[in-house]
Amino acid sequence: MRRVRAAVTGVVTLSLAFTATACGGGDGSESSPKTLTYWASNQGASLEVDKKVLQPELDQFEKETGIKVKLEVIPWSDLLNRILTATTSGQGPDILNIGNTWSASLQSTGALLPWDAKNLEAIGGKDRFVDSALGSTGAPGKDPAAVPLYSMAYALYYNKQMFKDAGIAKPPTTWDEVIAAGKKLSKDGKAGIGVEGSNLSNNIHQVFVLGKQHGADFFTADGKPDFTSDGAVAAVKQYIDLMAVHKIVAPGNAEYAQNQSLSDFAKDKTGMVLWQTPSQTFSSQGMAPEEWGVAPAPVPSGKPGQGAQTNSMVAGINLAVFKNTKNLDGALKFVKFMTSDEEQILLNKAYGSVPPVKSAQKDPGFADPSLAVIRDTLATSAAALPQVPEESQFETVVGTAVKELFADAAAGRPVTTESVKAKLEKAQQQMPKK
Amino acid sequence: MTETAVAPPTEPAVRKATPGEARAPRRSGRRRIALPYLLLLPALLLELLVHLVPMLMGIAMSFKELTQFYIRNWGEAPWSGLDNYTVAIDFDAPVGQALLKSFLTTCLFTVLSVGLCWLLGTAAAIFLQENFRGRGFLRTLFLVPYALPVYAAVITWAFMFQRDNGLINHVLHDQLGIGDSPAFWLIGDNSFWALLVVSVWKGWPFAFLTVMAGLQNIPRDMYEAAALDGAGVWKQIRHITLPSLRSVNQVLVLVLFLWTFNDFNTPFVLFGKAAPEAADLISLHIYQSSFQTWNFGTGSAMSVLLLLFLLVVTGVYLLLTSRGRKTSDV
Repeated sequence: MRRVRAAVTGVVTLSLAFTATACGGGDGSESSPKTLTYWASNQGASLEVDKKVLQPELDQFEKETGIKVKLEVIPWSDLLNRILTATTSGQGPDILNIGNTWSASLQSTGALLPWDAKNLEAIGGKDRFVDSALGSTGAPGKDPAAVPLYSMAYALYYNKQMFKDAGIAKPPTTWDEVIAAGKKLSKDGKAGIGVEGSNLSNNIHQVFVLGKQHGADFFTADGKPDFTSDGAVAAVKQYIDLMAVHKIVAPGNAEYAQNQSLSDFAKDKTGMVLWQTPSQTFSSQGMAPEEWGVAPAPVPSGKPGQGAQTNSMVAGINLAVFKNTKNLDGALKFVKFMTSDEEQILLNKAYGSVPPVKSAQKDPGFADPSLAVIRDTLATSAAALPQVPEESQFETVVGTAVKELFADAAAGRPVTTESVKAKLEKAQQQMPKK
Repeated sequence: MTETAVAPPTEPAVRKATPGEARAPRRSGRRRIALPYLLLLPALLLELLVHLVPMLMGIAMSFKELTQFYIRNWGEAPWSGLDNYTVAIDFDAPVGQALLKSFLTTCLFTVLSVGLCWLLGTAAAIFLQENFRGRGFLRTLFLVPYALPVYAAVITWAFMFQRDNGLINHVLHDQLGIGDSPAFWLIGDNSFWALLVVSVWKGWPFAFLTVMAGLQNIPRDMYEAAALDGAGVWKQIRHITLPSLRSVNQVLVLVLFLWTFNDFNTPFVLFGKAAPEAADLISLHIYQSSFQTWNFGTGSAMSVLLLLFLLVVTGVYLLLTSRGRKTSDV
């Protein structure tokens, strides 16, 4: 009988203990001063590649400071949800990578450490970073919510052999030239240019740049959604028309969301693609570096001489610190380490991106023409996505509208100014009211 | 018996033992009553923690203005009264319209999916009732979809449904020559049918398993008697099999209905975060409304509405079927 009683007590205690740990589970911010947890976004060809690139550096950091860093590489598709969950539960990592377009959205949750003068001083000061990269670290007028880690920009990648076969002498610089080249390329089952019609973020990047070229911002100066301005409608329509009207995009691209357009490019099925630093993906798909060329992303034709025209968004990854970290000092040390010249050169080379740290950019390794285009774009003609708290919602609702419009175009349904406007209107009304 | 025979010489010992003996069964009797409850307690506590607490939190959230500004500490979000509910059911505005459309799509989808799952499962179970060579193999084979991890299975379907490189179009268009050009399955209107195929494929083995178990309880001599009376296969199914399966089917249909109506995994893995309009099932729709547009208050209100709907449907269904069962049991 005593045994039964002991067993029952045991089960109950165990279950209570289990429920207790279920509440307080997870690691992360409970770390001791000698450890840090780091969530890295997936940058390389796979999660394994990332671990191989980062682990030796983390070991180096441990050697220098005695602080052990626990690394977790998180795929893009999960990253935002993981951050949101960590924000709600307070059980997050100490340091994490964020997509730089989310900076203002995540800043508004109040979960990230603000980079005030004192914190910035601890990592060498604001002046170490390129201006355009700093432009997407949070809402203007507020302390940045993150610091730039890797910088990227869009450029036009083209297949040299396909261009030669179609008799196109030089890469297009304006949209009209893109369409003309695209029409020459689109035959025998091949297409002019590739898009990722079902990838919401990519859709946003493209229509945001086109919007800028039409003088539209998608948000008013005081931060209200403004998706239905003439410029915004024209921008979205222009992007869809590449498939719907000009037929230089293969209809199948409407369902692409897993970088299939890059595979098509590497397999000589598509002549051009607008992308940010795809060289690693190309080589992993068996395309040699000499087979493709790179040119600045196109600008509108017929409007030369108006100063620098926007032809890319400022793309990149930022490094943020969770506000409730128990090891702020260690976290600052880690950010300083990751933004040091040596690490910046090493990591950005490994990922094919450009360092957002000025002194690291001077390294001859970044003089390669394919990276020079990106560096110049970032320095002169890239614009940061709207730094408003609702940016993340904007990516979802407008990105979805563009996806649906591509689906219409692929099915052969007409895409008109009215139908574009209606979709954007619906998107705007789905934004949370404030 | 023997004890009473031995008892008289050692009276004191027996007297001493009697109260103890008498107490022991009483105490163990009380324990025997308490024990099951004690054993249930851990499950009950976990159930409370895993289901009830989040549900109550969800209901509380639905009355709050919960956006990204408050998710770090949602307790501090301002109360918004019924605002979230009025937004969710304002069928003239896009949010309400989209919710209504998603709800109707889900209803149609559920009716078709549950119907087909039941039909296929029942047909297969009846077919496999007779003993024949290879029956065990077929039974195992039919259960494969049920045994596979959902994610792995659905992602495979997603590959097969790809327009340009997928198996489905390879067979339908390239080999059978159906349609002028390969069809889209993962975007546009066809996505509804793609989702239905995957849902039925995933769901019918459960119906098969349940009906097969139900069939074991039907006495064989009823069929033999019916056969002697000259009833054919169809008559036997209509007058013996289906009526005997009645109570099994009642539970089966209810469970399939709840699972299908609430299914999140299948559309999420098949289509990603933004489902095509034609296949916008309500679970994914609510997910998108909360997690993709960071409008957790409205999302919670939609969840509560869905919960109420399912409670009402389930309640009415159980009322109707239990009335039937009482009469059939008697």
